[in-house]
Amino acid sequence: MASRSLRLAGFLFRRSFASMLGLTLVTLIVALALLGPWIVPYPDDVAGATNLAGKLQPPSAAHWFGTDEVGNDILTRVIIGARLSLLVGLGITLAAAAIGVPLGILAGTAGGRLREAIMRVTDLFLSVPGLVLAIALVAALGPGIANAMLALVLVWWPGYVRLAESKALSIREEPFIEAARVAGAGRLRILWRHVLPNSISPLIVKMSMDIGQAILAVASLGFLGLGAKPPTPEWGAMISIARGYLPDWWWYAICPGAFIYASVLGFNLLGDGLRDILDPRSNRG
Amino acid sequence: MITYLLRRAGLAALMLFGLICLTFIIANVAPSDPAALAAGPDAGRSQIEQARREYGLDRPLHEQFLRYVTDLTRGDFGRSVANGRPVGQDLARYFPATLELCLLAMALGVLAGVPLGMLSAVFKDRWIDHATRILAVSGIALPPFWFGLLLQLGFATALGWLPTSGRLSVFTEPAAPITGLLLVDSLLRGNGALFTEALSYIILPAIVLSLPCLASILRVNRSEMVEALRADYITAARANGVLRRRLIAVHALKNAMLPTLAIIGLRWGWMMSSTVLVETVFDWPGIGLYAVSSAISGDFKPVMGVTLIVGLNFMIANLVVDLLYGTLDPRLRDA
Repeated sequence: MASRSLRLAGFLFRRSFASMLGLTLVTLIVALALLGPWIVPYPDDVAGATNLAGKLQPPSAAHWFGTDEVGNDILTRVIIGARLSLLVGLGITLAAAAIGVPLGILAGTAGGRLREAIMRVTDLFLSVPGLVLAIALVAALGPGIANAMLALVLVWWPGYVRLAESKALSIREEPFIEAARVAGAGRLRILWRHVLPNSISPLIVKMSMDIGQAILAVASLGFLGLGAKPPTPEWGAMISIARGYLPDWWWYAICPGAFIYASVLGFNLLGDGLRDILDPRSNRG
Repeated sequence: MITYLLRRAGLAALMLFGLICLTFIIANVAPSDPAALAAGPDAGRSQIEQARREYGLDRPLHEQFLRYVTDLTRGDFGRSVANGRPVGQDLARYFPATLELCLLAMALGVLAGVPLGMLSAVFKDRWIDHATRILAVSGIALPPFWFGLLLQLGFATALGWLPTSGRLSVFTEPAAPITGLLLVDSLLRGNGALFTEALSYIILPAIVLSLPCLASILRVNRSEMVEALRADYITAARANGVLRRRLIAVHALKNAMLPTLAIIGLRWGWMMSSTVLVETVFDWPGIGLYAVSSAISGDFKPVMGVTLIVGLNFMIANLVVDLLYGTLDPRLRDA
């Protein structure tokens, strides 16, 4: 992108309140994930110290969001959880894209039997809502954060095949691809230099939104008791424990949930904003 | 039209078979030994082997698959190893609760989503548009399980207006089911008290479940309405002196409804999936809660059964949407 259009994109992005809010939230979550261990108010509570004398305290100046059932500072554990959630969200999205995009481009450019085979398998995976399929996979693999991630990658890649395939299909017909072919460019070169760069904008938009959705999905599995196991400071698992302390110790559940909401909201708004500048022709769905 | 219908139905049947294969594969990659699980925690080697023979787990895989498929065609989903009951029976018992919850949530989503989408398209870039946009984004970003807990804290604990969880009070004897949907059954019997009670239990989970669906319907309807209001036929209709109200509610909405319909179909399947979270929060006795409690104990026959039921629902919803599309938009029949 030339510097002029980059400046225009920056201007359009800054003008939108929603996009800036998204960027701010994402920056905040990333900062917490990076700096977590150095900025938490109670570093001892990270590994799960026990301080039964100070358990289940309401929010106060010393503990902004109160303490949990073993006396750990809830804010500390939630900040530490940001790292895990962000890593897991990024990991799932990247892995799903790494599987789905090459398959999709292959299907879109190859055509014929191969395309038919790839797309039918994709449709099959898309025919069951992701969360249920993920639960089925976790039931078979056994609960745990690693298996939850694996299950979510397995249900997530088909979306990328769909996207990459439709992009590759539409690009294949463009004159500049024909020109490249006439100029003697090999198939791989065309894929790498022409098809991929031209499908990158919708891909970035989808990945940004999917990081948020993946964070939510992992937290959901954690909440159901199929993901991270306590005392891992995972947001969903924390809410699952906090649920047992409702309604008397209501503040326990508030903080982790607010962080899930903020990160999913952030990545969604960021994706929305990116779409407006990267892919202005597309319809805002 | 007939060929279009047949082709769609054939494709759906193929997908269903694929889904059956998928559940079979998942059940067989499991590292845990189902025979050991079935025999119980204290079983010795011989008991495990006996369980293996009993459940047919010692047969070759293709034979097991054949048996799995033939059993499924008879509506036999296998037995739960945890409680020994046939999964099909349990599914039949729990499904109406889930269906009732999803139907009400979908009704809420459509009844709120379509008018709000229209409003924000008509008042594009005004405050009402911004407000609904916040609602739409929140609907997708709010963790349903957390939102459910917040509503419980607010409406059940703090205000005391509504019950926290469950489908009916433990003291209420549910009458023999007619449709299995409590709201419908109580109306059919003319039992107003039961209807009010059932409504007070279902309303919070239905709101939580409807939010993501409301959000997508709103977004799609808004963008389609914005598009439609810009179209030439709207200008032509306006030039012909059609009232603005009629223009929006009839001419534009009719054209925006097709994509909205598609998202409703898609969301039906997703709803059956996120109901798992909502049912867990509200102790709603549906298939979602059943799947989760079985998944935690590693009992995967019930989980596979629920997966198949949800997948089937999703496929039927897609099929219905396809057919409606074909009926409403003749251009698509040849596609």
